[in-house]
Amino acid sequence: MSEQQLIPHLFRTEFSKITSVLCKFFGIEHIEIAEDIASDTFLSAVETWSYKGLPQNPTAWLYTVAKNKARNYLHHNNIFIQKIAPEIKHTSTDVEENEIDLSEKNITDSQLQMLFALCHPVIPVEAQIGLSLRILCGFGIDEIANAFLTNKETINKRLFRAKEKLRTEKVEIEFPTSTEINRRLETVLTTLYLLFNEGYFSESSDNVLREDLCLEAMRLNYLLIENEQTNLPEVNALFALMCFHASRFAARKNENGEIVLYEDQDENLWNKELIERGAYYLNQSSHGNKISKYHLEAGIAYWHTIKADTKEKWENILKLYNHLLQIQYSPIAALNRTFALSKVHGQQTAIKEAEKLQLINNHYYYSLLGELYKEIDNNKAKENFQTAYTLAKTQTDKQTIKKKMDEL
Amino acid sequence: MDEYALIMRHEDGTKIASPEQMQIWMKQTMDWIGSIAAQNKFVSGTGLPFADAKVVGHNNVVTNGPFGDIKETIGGIITVRADSIEEAIEFAKGSPVLQGEGNTVEVRRIAKRDEMH
Repeated sequence: MSEQQLIPHLFRTEFSKITSVLCKFFGIEHIEIAEDIASDTFLSAVETWSYKGLPQNPTAWLYTVAKNKARNYLHHNNIFIQKIAPEIKHTSTDVEENEIDLSEKNITDSQLQMLFALCHPVIPVEAQIGLSLRILCGFGIDEIANAFLTNKETINKRLFRAKEKLRTEKVEIEFPTSTEINRRLETVLTTLYLLFNEGYFSESSDNVLREDLCLEAMRLNYLLIENEQTNLPEVNALFALMCFHASRFAARKNENGEIVLYEDQDENLWNKELIERGAYYLNQSSHGNKISKYHLEAGIAYWHTIKADTKEKWENILKLYNHLLQIQYSPIAALNRTFALSKVHGQQTAIKEAEKLQLINNHYYYSLLGELYKEIDNNKAKENFQTAYTLAKTQTDKQTIKKKMDEL
Repeated sequence: MDEYALIMRHEDGTKIASPEQMQIWMKQTMDWIGSIAAQNKFVSGTGLPFADAKVVGHNNVVTNGPFGDIKETIGGIITVRADSIEEAIEFAKGSPVLQGEGNTVEVRRIAKRDEMH
């Protein structure tokens, strides 16, 4: 890896580690100090390395510098003496003896605890995702703004308010107690799920960034799997779901960056290794007797890794959607269920069911109707695609619908 | 919007169906419930298998199954959301239980928490 690539790469991976450890050390109310010291460390790295070249072990270099900077901060900052020092009393009253622990174990523990702190129900879910991207994934503000299709000011404000909230609510950076873990884990999993979807379905044109979002969601999810207390069935199910989706990264966009629909994808571009990993974790998720929505969605995603249209495939998908809708309704699940129904019981039956949904502001609804009327009544199919085209907001969606119309 | 209970009654719970038949019914029931859920009108459901069913009577007399003196027996209950009793009736009409002659689905509005009943 060249220096040009190495620094951003190290920034991503090490920024989050250093920030988490420092934040854990200082307390969440001083989250900005932790961020500043980490940023400052990378600034020093860029300055020093461009003159002297890369050190032998860049990571160790960063840790030493971060530790020194933190120590200097402790020495020179009055605020620290007055405010933090009395709080850091569990280890020692003498500031000098407080060693910042950047061991692998403490890094993992701090990151996990930060994950729980940042995904705290007191802050809105959008802010949880933003903060996680910043603190745990080392994303820059402009990258986060790009991912959310908004501007830097909005993201800055959102993150600022969220940090304020964490401070005023006195959220602790700690592992939840065993009685609390399930409830808290639910919020964490929702955030990771949305973080992944943000990358997978985002309209952002930056493909590398979108894939990075997905990979980061997977990395954080994997932290939970590696920890015995959080290695729970739904955690494995969510990871399986991400693996199955991620396996189609290369196949779902063509060279012009346009979405390739599932049925038109080249199976050879599907990542077999990720499919196998998904299957492994889906299997792991079957211990225990709770079926979460992640189990069902992972099950649906699993059946989609088999390209051939078989009766068994669609019957299973239909069954899983039936179950998923009972746990959590969403318009998209209702539409997908109706599509599966058409594969099992035919288009006529599905048309009747589709018309009951009446999702009249949803362009996917009309696309589905268009699809279902195909060959049965091509005029009606066309009419529905036309409505879908008018309702669709993005260029990508309009293109997809246009193609369907042309095929009629 | 009100909630309604759809109570499925079987005329004769002692009839034994083949495993294949059971499987078909299961699928049909799941599709029926899925259809209601796809309209965001499903609240909850409870299946009531006949196996091991007991009836505790007067003086704590326990008998097997709900099938002695009572002719009809309840196979399951689902709760749905509906704008009117008519809409709830439309949902009930889709129940595969009605394929059995003599079987019924009773539609009952669920009392609101503070309502007198």
